[in-house]
Amino acid sequence: MSELEEPLRAELTVEYPFTRTTGTVIGAFMTGLREKRLFGIKRSDGSVLVPPLEYDPVSSEPLTEMVEVSQSGIVETWTWIDPPRPQSPWDAPHALALIRLDGADTSMLHAVLVGSPSEMRTGMRVTARWKEERVGHIADLEGFIQETEETDS
Amino acid sequence: MSKSNSFRDVAVVSVASHQTKILSEVNEVQLMADLISNCRNSVGVTQEEIGFTCSGSSDFLAGQAFSFVHTLDSVGAFPPISESHVEMDGAFALYEAWVKLQIGEVDTALVYSYGKPSAGSIIDVLATQLDPYYVSPLWPDCFSIAALQARLLLDKGLITLEKMAETSMRSQMNGSDNPNAVRSSKDVSFENLMNEPAIVDPLRASDISEIADGGCAIILAAGDKAKLLCERPAWIKGIDHRVDSHTLGVRDLTRSPSAFLAAEKAGINTDRLDLAEIHGMTSAQELILEKEFDLNEETRVNLSGGSLASDTMMASGLIRISEVASRIISGQADRGLAHATSGPCLQQNLVCILEGE
Repeated sequence: MSELEEPLRAELTVEYPFTRTTGTVIGAFMTGLREKRLFGIKRSDGSVLVPPLEYDPVSSEPLTEMVEVSQSGIVETWTWIDPPRPQSPWDAPHALALIRLDGADTSMLHAVLVGSPSEMRTGMRVTARWKEERVGHIADLEGFIQETEETDS
Repeated sequence: MSKSNSFRDVAVVSVASHQTKILSEVNEVQLMADLISNCRNSVGVTQEEIGFTCSGSSDFLAGQAFSFVHTLDSVGAFPPISESHVEMDGAFALYEAWVKLQIGEVDTALVYSYGKPSAGSIIDVLATQLDPYYVSPLWPDCFSIAALQARLLLDKGLITLEKMAETSMRSQMNGSDNPNAVRSSKDVSFENLMNEPAIVDPLRASDISEIADGGCAIILAAGDKAKLLCERPAWIKGIDHRVDSHTLGVRDLTRSPSAFLAAEKAGINTDRLDLAEIHGMTSAQELILEKEFDLNEETRVNLSGGSLASDTMMASGLIRISEVASRIISGQADRGLAHATSGPCLQQNLVCILEGE
């Protein structure tokens, strides 16, 4: 078989022409985003999953009790994205992080909007920054920014 | 303790694989036609003698629904065959074929899988396997997700950048004997690897698997049929696969409980392991797996260079089985572990224990 430097290429658009409803758990989280609020869901041991899941990831029991959590939390781990993927909500380089919000026992994936990786560290406190126009989508949350006394208030 | 003794004896009797950076002017059908006929010819069986055929590939990677149907042309689908497909690594197709052989109606199976990531953007394809509401719309690339895991391990002191570099060095040196290894070097230096800049912080280029095009074909046979086809079959002494939560934030990403459990259920017994082929996307993931499997210094790990040297989506796991089996068939080893993974951060794991007579 011959192996050249460049593969043959052809344009192809992959489409997903269906609509879905998000249901009572994911839907409630998405509605919360539109209202600048963050919700999790309580497990039977009292711990809180953020973002919420419809079923317990260990016991598989259905979960129903939504609870609101803080807009601030800590960075559990992070990496630096430069350049961002063209399809992503971000145009500028940023950190991608797992963030555990106060009141939550699990972490969520989102961006931390800082100018360079030197501003990032594990354990730093961050707080949510919202888009002006929100539609009930995970990117309504523009990302997280470093918490200062000002943002804390 | 493995329950595998109560199962029908099934062995790998023939393997063929090919990996290269970019397969140009060769499509998946042509690639697999060569590999499948090599695999069948080396043990002298025709497709008519194969009881079951099972393949693994990705429609998302091929950009086309039911893309595996085209590749059946490389098998020869007339006269009609008994056939199945998984949208998973070929190692999981091998598991299905093993189950089919357990039922006892057929004695032979052909398993194959392939991927051609050069034709698209694999990091975007892999973003689509993540949670469709909370994560996929953010389009995190697969290496960034793996970097989050590596930093957790580093921050908690479970691994070091030095251990990661040693793992990468092992891959590059071992790969230099493997024609399928895309990234390999006999002269790789630890200092150079340590001095590489992080490209997906904290991962350096050498910590990340080298994406490759390729495929793999394997023939399985049961009982006396295996002995007839192969002087020294690589018997499957145990095989098991397990899965952890799909949600990254609820898992302890410094571990892979499903890999541990699969190894235990497959009957790992590390005292008698000559070699292990483990499948990870990063050096850090290989370190997690070595710990989950509790490998000791007697076990030689990734003699092929592993998936760090050549990583073909949908084939890397089956190639791990092929690498262990071929060393048993040739008499270089007596007992080995082959591992395949799927999903982000070692979410789903399969372990296969192979042994010569």
